[in-house]
Amino acid sequence: MTILVIAEHTNAALAAATLNTVAAAQKIGGDIHVLVAGANAGAAAEAAAKIAGVAKVLVADNAAYEHQLPENVAPLVAELGKSYSHILAAATSNGKNILPRVAAALDVDQISEIISVESADTFKRPIYAGNAIATVQSSAAIKVITVRSTGFDAAAAEGGSAAVEAVSGPADAGKSSFVGEELAKSDRPELTAAKIVVSGGRGMGNGDNFKHLYALADKLGAAVGASRAAVDAGFVPNDMQVGQTGKIVAPQLYIAVGISGAIQHLAGMKDSKVIVAINKDEEAPIFQVADYGLVADLFEAVPELEKLV
Amino acid sequence: MKVLVAVKRVVDYNVKVRVKADNSGVDLANVKMSMNPFCEIAVEEAVRLKEKGVASEIVVVTIGPATAQEQLRTALALGADRAILVESADELNSLAVAKLLKAVVDKEQPQLVIMGKQAIDSDNNQTGQMLGALTGFGQGTFASKVEVAGDKVNVTREIDGGLQTVALNLPAIVTTDLRLNEPRYASLPNIMKAKKKPLETVTPDALGVSTASTVKTLKVEAPAARSAGIKVKSVAELVEKLKNEAKVI
Repeated sequence: MTILVIAEHTNAALAAATLNTVAAAQKIGGDIHVLVAGANAGAAAEAAAKIAGVAKVLVADNAAYEHQLPENVAPLVAELGKSYSHILAAATSNGKNILPRVAAALDVDQISEIISVESADTFKRPIYAGNAIATVQSSAAIKVITVRSTGFDAAAAEGGSAAVEAVSGPADAGKSSFVGEELAKSDRPELTAAKIVVSGGRGMGNGDNFKHLYALADKLGAAVGASRAAVDAGFVPNDMQVGQTGKIVAPQLYIAVGISGAIQHLAGMKDSKVIVAINKDEEAPIFQVADYGLVADLFEAVPELEKLV
Repeated sequence: MKVLVAVKRVVDYNVKVRVKADNSGVDLANVKMSMNPFCEIAVEEAVRLKEKGVASEIVVVTIGPATAQEQLRTALALGADRAILVESADELNSLAVAKLLKAVVDKEQPQLVIMGKQAIDSDNNQTGQMLGALTGFGQGTFASKVEVAGDKVNVTREIDGGLQTVALNLPAIVTTDLRLNEPRYASLPNIMKAKKKPLETVTPDALGVSTASTVKTLKVEAPAARSAGIKVKSVAELVEKLKNEAKVI
């Protein structure tokens, strides 16, 4: 049994989610190969080779793979994947974009966002916005799976010394091209990897008021998230959204400020170790999942909290 | 150009679902069903393309039980021209749905297929991408902006760090993200008119598609409940608890 893990990377660096995916592969058991598909991705490949438990790193270096366009990357993964028992990728926007295309090309079902490995063919995954957990079993010859990174502790980034091997695959399929991207800039930790997350909702009132959360977050070394209501109201960019349709986080501490706690939001954060809710509505559903609830005006409580921590 | 929109009948997003006592699934008896929210956004985008003169015909398709006709009628009331129901009483996996949609695409020859990025019941986020592989079309997933320009469509996508724009050759597949648009409501006259619009019913067998699956659900459980928390009186007490009791700061 050999497992192919698709690396999540920016060509220059490996994304943390890759480590969680390798950890899931270790639970399945077997040799683990990591595929780094990109352009000038030597640095990412070197980082992948150092991950503890990785037996081999395959590098497909081609300008066609630079921006992870699924029309180009999926045929490569499907071709290489034929000799593996499992193909795993992190359930990031790239993983979700590419892997179903791989599964269909291999004519097998795909299993999305597993949170635990029961055995080599049986996995648990949340459905209905995390309101139910399904245990599913696959009889497919090749099991194609995306991994929810918050469900697995990261594999050690150092300690491995895997061989790096160059591979090649189909060139540009000529169906799509990269036009441009606009990445939100932030000095704070990445939302999905942060130990502490401070999130704001509709109760923040406007985008300017998020400065109170940024100040608190900087003091705590935390990432800042938001509910869908705050994103839709234009307070903050949408890559800050925590929830069923945004990012899934499971930090040590999640501080929900001015967030009512709709089920779609809870789906994105209810596996946090400790949840704190600050809301002036004591009936808000967020208090049903909060370990510590404070019924207070956030504009008084947040600055005071910032002063005291 | 012709636009094909795929929609799904799912439990209404406001319903708090309950797991059945025998762990065979969630209890959907007598629960309100609706069109999946991402599918509503897909229908809205198609209607806007028609209003701009880009789309000439909107065909809406669903795969599901006979009752899914309700969701097709809703789409017709919102502005779709005709509907296709691929009737199947079984709950189908994404790959089977993608294969059925491929058969519909082969028949209808649309220039653009628009569908939601994920259904809020299975939370799979697979079907559009799978249809991309089966048809060989380019895919613009998690779209927050769609612009048809000549024989290409420019799709701005929501990715983890921000936004990415790709250009796809037509025909192409677009899956919608939440911020693509704000879906309209169906007006009463349009709901009445929708009853007269054509709705064709076919079966998977007639399309020559096998819907067998390699994945089976062994059980469905309720998630582990969080133990009840406490309310603190002041910020000072909160900080004290976080430092000394929870030890997280």
